[in-house]
Amino acid sequence: MKDKEEGKVRNMEGTLNLVGFGLAAIGPGIATGLIFAAYINGVARQPEARSVLQPIAFLGFALAEALALFGLVLAFVL
Amino acid sequence: MLSYAAEVGKDEGFNPPDAGDFNLPPFIEGNEFATKPILLVFLSVILISIFFILASRKAALVPSKLQFAGESVYSFVRNDLGREVIGHEFMRFVPYLFTLFTFILVNNIFGIIPLIQFPTMSRISFPYVLAAFTFFIFHYVGIRKQGFLKYMKEIMFLPGIPKPAYILITPLELATYFLVRPMTLSLRLFANMFAGHLLLLVFILGGEHLLQGVIGLKLISPFAFAIGIALTFFEFMVQCLQAYIFTLLTALYIAGALVDEH
Repeated sequence: MKDKEEGKVRNMEGTLNLVGFGLAAIGPGIATGLIFAAYINGVARQPEARSVLQPIAFLGFALAEALALFGLVLAFVL
Repeated sequence: MLSYAAEVGKDEGFNPPDAGDFNLPPFIEGNEFATKPILLVFLSVILISIFFILASRKAALVPSKLQFAGESVYSFVRNDLGREVIGHEFMRFVPYLFTLFTFILVNNIFGIIPLIQFPTMSRISFPYVLAAFTFFIFHYVGIRKQGFLKYMKEIMFLPGIPKPAYILITPLELATYFLVRPMTLSLRLFANMFAGHLLLLVFILGGEHLLQGVIGLKLISPFAFAIGIALTFFEFMVQCLQAYIFTLLTALYIAGALVDEH
């Protein structure tokens, strides 16, 4: 607001890293959705398979999520 | 990111939370080991010990509430993580898995307990150490079980693949076992806790800052706090899930090292 009075446009500061991270998170986001969709489908069709499917689903989720989190870490580190 | 906060953030106006918020100063002057995360690790060990000693001291056939709580945590780790994943040799690894699970769980949950509110695992050194333990344990178990050469051969040369493909597969497999596994294990836990804490900081500090604004902004600030509270519950879920996943992956790696066919 102060800058406006002085007739200046404030420069945008920050880092493009975070935009890159946002883009990088799309992939793992879709992947996580697909994994849980498959898990829910499997349990809905065969409820007794739940205990078998659960570790597999969470494992896949963890692996996909790790990619997004590397993006987050790199967004802060770089 | 850090320089951005240093240049823009620290004057009047809103200071967006950043990685610098995790570098808490030591509370005893000049003693760099007297920091909050280290204190919390000690606290977690004391809390876990007291809880399980109390829960198991008066063990009875008809369990008290406390004994039931302790036993359900134990049986979850033993049955769902040990027996289901590792198989018939699981009993040797249950102490490690159980320690890992409770330690990570309590240290994560510190992130949302009022007055403590700092997840220990958002400092990268703690997950590094835990991942190093897992790394050495599963390799030790594999080498002990199959001998060094056979274990390395099993890692490097997957059976049933045409010979030329080994040029591609072998370096990948080596990298998976010796770099990617410990790295992902520690970074996953760290980044989850880091991101979760940052998320809570954004909404709570943002809500507080809105309260100091004009009347229109004051009216919005309850929504920021409400989202902050909702995210606290979400964080609780993530914290339990991460403790589970860390232990599950440890069990899977150990199980992979123990496989003795081929």
